[in-house]
Amino acid sequence: MLAIDNLKKHFGFVKAVDNINLDIEEGEIVSIIGTNGAGKTTLVNLISGYIKPDSGRILFFNKDITYASPYVRIKLGVGRSFQLIQLFGGITVLDNVRTALFSKYGMIRRGLLSADRYSSVTEEAIKILDNFNMADKRNLTPKGLSEGDLKILDIAIAFALKSKLLLLDEPTSGVATSDKFKVMDSIVSAIKKEGISTLIIEHDMDIVSGYSDRVVVMHEGRIMAQGKPDEIMENKEVKATVFGIVS
Amino acid sequence: MGLKQISKNPRWIIYLLIFIALLFIPRMLSIHDLMLFEYGITFAIVGLGFNLLLGYTGLLSFGHGAYFAAGAYSVAMIAKYLPQAYSLEILIPASLFFSLILSIIFGFVCVRHTKIFFSILALSLSMLLFALLFKLYHITGGSDGLRVPLPTLFGMSFKGIRRPEFLSGTYYYFLLGVFSISFLVMRGIVSSPFGKALQAIRDNEVRAELIGIRVRRYRLYAFMISGMFVGLGGALWTFVNGHVTADLSHWVFSGEIVYMTLLGGFGIFEGPIIGAMIFTYLKLYAMGNTQYWMFVIGATLIVLVLILPNGVAGAVSSLWTKVKKKTN
Ligand SMILES: Nc1ncnc2c1ncn2[C@@H]1O[C@H](COP(=O)(O)OP(=O)(O)O)[C@@H](O)[C@H]1O
Ligand SMILES: [Mg+2]
Repeated sequence: MLAIDNLKKHFGFVKAVDNINLDIEEGEIVSIIGTNGAGKTTLVNLISGYIKPDSGRILFFNKDITYASPYVRIKLGVGRSFQLIQLFGGITVLDNVRTALFSKYGMIRRGLLSADRYSSVTEEAIKILDNFNMADKRNLTPKGLSEGDLKILDIAIAFALKSKLLLLDEPTSGVATSDKFKVMDSIVSAIKKEGISTLIIEHDMDIVSGYSDRVVVMHEGRIMAQGKPDEIMENKEVKATVFGIVS
Repeated sequence: MGLKQISKNPRWIIYLLIFIALLFIPRMLSIHDLMLFEYGITFAIVGLGFNLLLGYTGLLSFGHGAYFAAGAYSVAMIAKYLPQAYSLEILIPASLFFSLILSIIFGFVCVRHTKIFFSILALSLSMLLFALLFKLYHITGGSDGLRVPLPTLFGMSFKGIRRPEFLSGTYYYFLLGVFSISFLVMRGIVSSPFGKALQAIRDNEVRAELIGIRVRRYRLYAFMISGMFVGLGGALWTFVNGHVTADLSHWVFSGEIVYMTLLGGFGIFEGPIIGAMIFTYLKLYAMGNTQYWMFVIGATLIVLVLILPNGVAGAVSSLWTKVKKKTN
């Protein structure tokens, strides 16, 4: 469904993304790991249309979206979450999700009836929150949430847009270590229920290995290795450069 | 809003009680105080409109006097050039129309920017209108302004009736009716999917764009609606005041709109209404009793920012929450 072809993005002398080729199949959960500065976020930014590449192509269901606006990509089904959470801080958790749904259904021009009157949308929003174990917090504003819940809400918003491909940039960064797996469990179980293709960015291999069909290792803007999680764990080059283990 | 929901939500009961109380206001107040109250109501409509932009969309305009002037001058110009159309049922739609046109033109320019740039642009454009109103003496009356006679309403003529009588009779109820409709419409807008989209833009425009909201376009929509409400307030105000001048589009007047909204509290739906009422009385008494009106405004603004950042309504509501917690 997603085909990345020779994608390149340099910032001055920094080769953030340097001729990347990568395919993602439908329903696949792929993790990209790599040290800080490897170019992971830049890759997500390129796929989501946040920034434009120097060269190369991005195909989504065989449609060239290399230079499409973020807006167009969202309509096509490319959704993302953010490493630094991007939420609507002044409205409730429910409204964070509900507004995304209204937007998805082209209903945000409806300006006279209270949002509560659209009960099917409200129910759907609650169902999504429930998938992420957050339904009971729907009347809080993001200010009252833990870091882990904020991360989950960020993803629930992307989820509400019915993305066919979800790009999750460090979904557990900032979350207390003891909660990281709990957060990953909620996210991955919700994703699997819908069979959404997902690209998870993470610098810590341990967190993603249990959840990924495939792991891609990035280093200095290039793909160093890819394969099943256990293959990657055993890869000597990866061990040395990414995990810092010399055997 | 069905009856069931009304009875479930105490807020609507309070609204209803206040509305009923408002019906009796003309019998309770002297004509002088009633006029003051009517000034307050027109500013309350202005505040509702202004706060759609400030409180719900996150845009602080220092030029909303322009749309007030657009509504007010629509009335005054029709009185001057099209007297046969000088009846409320035509004047109100006309003022809505002209303030909408002006807010589309000015809004189109302003919404390309946010924060201080937006504020300054809005201010500059309103001063442009001020200069026009001021200079085109033969059309607008310049600094002398234009007189606003009493209008007709559905064929009812108020010839021979003095303004105070007009204001304490028919017009009060007309004003109350328009205010109530404005209140309900704005309440609907801010709680609707559209209103949620505006709040999403206010909270995080980057993410708003990424959930598929056309941020600039929706800012413009908010600007247009806001301009129409303010224009409506301006039009209704002219009948109370009897006279319009170019000052309405001056930044000082725009500043007063900002001030009353902050005074009441822009974070709460009813805040600007309360602010408009307090402001009207505050201004009159401060101006009557001291020469230091500007000083009073400045001093209260400092108090507001330091002690009551959420305005009077915000303070009352947090006090209420505290009391409720203690009694539980
Ligand atoms: N907007 C930018 N301008 C300049 N350099 C950037 C920009 N974004 C990222 N970089 C650089 O590109 C490299 C890759 O960054 P990033 O994609 O954020 O890495 P990762 O997410 O893997 O930690 C880093 O060296 C970073 O400093
Ligand atoms: Mg990163």
